[in-house]
Amino acid sequence: MKRPEPVQVVKQRRDAALTGLVEGVPYIQYLGITFDRRGDELTGILPFDDKLIGNPLLPALHGGVTAAFLEVTAIITLSWSYLWEDIESGALDFALPDATPLPRLPKTIDFTVDYLRSGLPRDAYARARVNRCGRRYASVHVEGWQDNRDRLFAQATGHFLMPPRRD
Amino acid sequence: MTSSKVQVARQFIEAIPHSRDLGMQLTDLEDGIATILLPYDKKLIGDPDTGVIHGGAVSAVMDTCCGAAVMSHPSNPGGTATIDLRIDYMRAATPGQTIKTVATCYHVTRNVAFVRAVAMDADEENPVATATGTFTVEGRR
Repeated sequence: MKRPEPVQVVKQRRDAALTGLVEGVPYIQYLGITFDRRGDELTGILPFDDKLIGNPLLPALHGGVTAAFLEVTAIITLSWSYLWEDIESGALDFALPDATPLPRLPKTIDFTVDYLRSGLPRDAYARARVNRCGRRYASVHVEGWQDNRDRLFAQATGHFLMPPRRD
Repeated sequence: MTSSKVQVARQFIEAIPHSRDLGMQLTDLEDGIATILLPYDKKLIGDPDTGVIHGGAVSAVMDTCCGAAVMSHPSNPGGTATIDLRIDYMRAATPGQTIKTVATCYHVTRNVAFVRAVAMDADEENPVATATGTFTVEGRR
């Protein structure tokens, strides 16, 4: 009988894959977005920064920052879910230097943001749910909150064009 | 709209920290129509292989441009906030080129402003993205 993999090996593989997906994108780095991983569940984190302010009088997060944060969370979560099997099987190994070029990511077709409250000048969080991921198209819903998980400050739905499968 | 109002609106938009940080330039603002430029920058890249800017950066300039269009509407809203914004991405913006967005606030009621916008690169015949949005109307000035 095959023994289960040591937990450090599993964690290292998954974290390397997530780092590979997120750290290569300059715009994600510019906004300062990171991802917290629990098993296969991802939470996007947007640490507050003065450069993210849209209304200096309130002050409030820029609506464009909110949209970008939700879109980044949607794309990374969608990529993560469709790459998951390849990451787990080792077909995609981000730990090997330069061995695996970054896979093609889904492309946004449309994205609709529903602004529910103004974004406060503090950290924001987001989680996405892939409602449907077909061979060509995917539909993703994403929710953003700050202090209370139940009081969303924004939510969004987007449609994405999936990259061609490499098989 | 008088030129002093244009001045105020322009200063207001250029005082938005995030818009300033992205290098947005408001070049035209009158009677509910706004034009904003977003120069290409490496920090906006969403696809490191091609250098194409991230959709989120297009969202940021679209949102700013739509809000500016509302503020410049002849009905003189005292302030505005985004209720809903939908963006359709038609094609990747050409790396290295400035993004130009033009937003039109085409209808305002007592409480809601309706806006549409288009984003282009140097090939203005083939838009990069379009947007439609609704915005709040705060107390008239």
